[in-house]
Amino acid sequence: MEYFLELILGGLTRGSIYALIALGYTMVYGIIELINFAHGEIYMIGAFTALIFTSVLTLLGFNEIAVIVLASLSAVIYSSAYGYTVEKIAYMPLRSASRLSPLISAIGMSIFLQNYVLLAQTSDFLPFPNLIPEFEFIKPYRYIISSSEIIILLTTSTAMILLTFLIKFTRTGKAMRATAQDRKMAMLVGVNVNRVISITFIIGSALAALGGVLIASHVGQINFYIGFIAGIKAFTAAVLGGIGSIPGAVLGALVLGLTESFATGYISSDYEDVFAFGLLVLILIFKPAGILGRVTTQKI
Amino acid sequence: MGGLRLKKFRIQLMIKVQEIKKSFLVSLWFMFLTFPIMVIRVNSIEKVVEWRWKNMLIVGIGSFLLSFVWRYMLKKKEAGEKRAETGESGKTFLIQRILEERRFYIPLVTGLTIIAVAFPFTFSMYQTSIMTTALMYIVLGLGLNIVVGLAGLLDLGYVAFYAVGAYSYALLNYHFGLGFWSVLPIGAVLGFIFGVLLGFPVLRLRGDYLAIVTLGFGEIIRLVLENWNEFSFGPSGIANIDRPGFFGIQFSLQAASIYLYFLMIGLVIFTIIVVNRLQNSRIGRAWIALREDETACQAMGIDKTKTKLRAFALGATWAGMVGVIFAAKTTFINPASFTFLESAMILSIVVLGGMGSILGVIIGALILILLPEYLRAFSDYRMLIFGAIMVIMMVFRPQGIIANIRRTYKFDE
Repeated sequence: MEYFLELILGGLTRGSIYALIALGYTMVYGIIELINFAHGEIYMIGAFTALIFTSVLTLLGFNEIAVIVLASLSAVIYSSAYGYTVEKIAYMPLRSASRLSPLISAIGMSIFLQNYVLLAQTSDFLPFPNLIPEFEFIKPYRYIISSSEIIILLTTSTAMILLTFLIKFTRTGKAMRATAQDRKMAMLVGVNVNRVISITFIIGSALAALGGVLIASHVGQINFYIGFIAGIKAFTAAVLGGIGSIPGAVLGALVLGLTESFATGYISSDYEDVFAFGLLVLILIFKPAGILGRVTTQKI
Repeated sequence: MGGLRLKKFRIQLMIKVQEIKKSFLVSLWFMFLTFPIMVIRVNSIEKVVEWRWKNMLIVGIGSFLLSFVWRYMLKKKEAGEKRAETGESGKTFLIQRILEERRFYIPLVTGLTIIAVAFPFTFSMYQTSIMTTALMYIVLGLGLNIVVGLAGLLDLGYVAFYAVGAYSYALLNYHFGLGFWSVLPIGAVLGFIFGVLLGFPVLRLRGDYLAIVTLGFGEIIRLVLENWNEFSFGPSGIANIDRPGFFGIQFSLQAASIYLYFLMIGLVIFTIIVVNRLQNSRIGRAWIALREDETACQAMGIDKTKTKLRAFALGATWAGMVGVIFAAKTTFINPASFTFLESAMILSIVVLGGMGSILGVIIGALILILLPEYLRAFSDYRMLIFGAIMVIMMVFRPQGIIANIRRTYKFDE
């Protein structure tokens, strides 16, 4: 029973981090119908930035809390900046191109960013310091849940509530929904579509960076390749829930996290990634619209 | 008169100043952007921070200059699009004009044949081996070109079929001692079967989903090969695979590499002929039509799934064949040779050369495989450059170096 509970909590933690990354995919897809392949790399850059700033700030003698806050903040800022720049370079000139072009451009960007980090930093796994302090009250339950798991669950739920608020109740959110529905029409009623798209990329990247910091300090090591697998898994989550739908992405991510947790816990951990890919293939074949997605009909 | 000229000059100067200001801002932005990754490097074992300010200077100057080029290219592309709209695009590439005229075409082909035949006898074994690799990528590129270029299906798991071919030779050779020539058709058939098996469920999906699912399949196959030790010997791979023989004669190492070279030349020619014939056939036209507009295509009575499946399976067949040759050439294979980056490399060959264009793919493969070999200094930057090429080509020249010319029928009065 305890093992079962541990697996559930582990799955939820995993799932909520996938959710943070999946939101970026789903938001971008909702607005410009593009699978932003480079999204996983944005997350990886977030983790690297956090690691670099943590080390530098610790060596400069800042105290622990300041290091956590500043490192996370810089990760969020830098990831957003990268997301914004990637959109301007690789996707904006291709707004009117055929569907295949931005997709190939996105794959190119992803490979480019991976190798950029590989060449500028290192190909080795780097140890990532555990930024999250241990809580006293959690001690008796340590074998079931760790304090980093609690922090992850809390942070992701807060981020999601804020995001929902932003999209439902603010002017920017309204503009985003309008652009997602019909870009031309949104332009006609005076929405600055390019700005909305930039904002979407920035928000998505910021969430991914948050996920990057959390998972890196939870797992304890990072390298330049973490973005690729995480990106595909988050994409799986987004598709599972119905791409373009924000609650769908969260739901899909949790389902994926739990599936992986149980599959590795009860079957075998060698095939961890195979389960995720297998799940992705199965959903796309049997229910391509996802759990909460609408079935779209093609306009002629 | 003089005042007017002065005014004009002043406006030009103002534009120049604005351009410089823009580029300056861009370079500041990139210096900020690359600051943590490019400048700081932390050695976490010795707890030392390494500051590499020189990199920042390089990024600053580089992005300053590149932003001029970027804007110039964008402007040029826009002008080109405008020209195309007004119907003034009569410009074709020099190579295309050469190919159209018989008087240039025949000596060119003869020259190439002489070079191709003389190559392994004039250059060293190492050079021949590199050339053989390049030829293998040409065939892989042409195979993927059927799927991506003609049918417009983005297949990111192409390397899976390559792995199927390579492993089928390695395993059949290991367990049953089968030779190269008997496995070559088996590899092709297995590639075809896998193409159908994987293609059948996924080809109903829309383009971008297809890309991800094929990527997932490619990774699944690699992970299975890596973990299923009893079947594939896991990450340690299979060694001592036989080199191809000639009616039972085994060659020395040098002769074998020359033999493989000519074998690849033969396969390249065979592939070019097949792809060329396919392109102009009923199926080929159906592929191109499907790429352009699925709905219209269905209305014309083309079976969407069947046509796509044909492209997918045919592409896979070629990957299977080259896989067998790859195993025979290196005599050792392991799952590390079949990562996603390999698929990405083949894709960038197709993208650089020009989707749908045979000549383009050949030139693309030669550039992307031979250049990193000869420019050793750049070999670390190989994948970085491949990624950049994909983005740059898509932004500025989506049709590739050599655009595919569609057959058009002109009506002359």
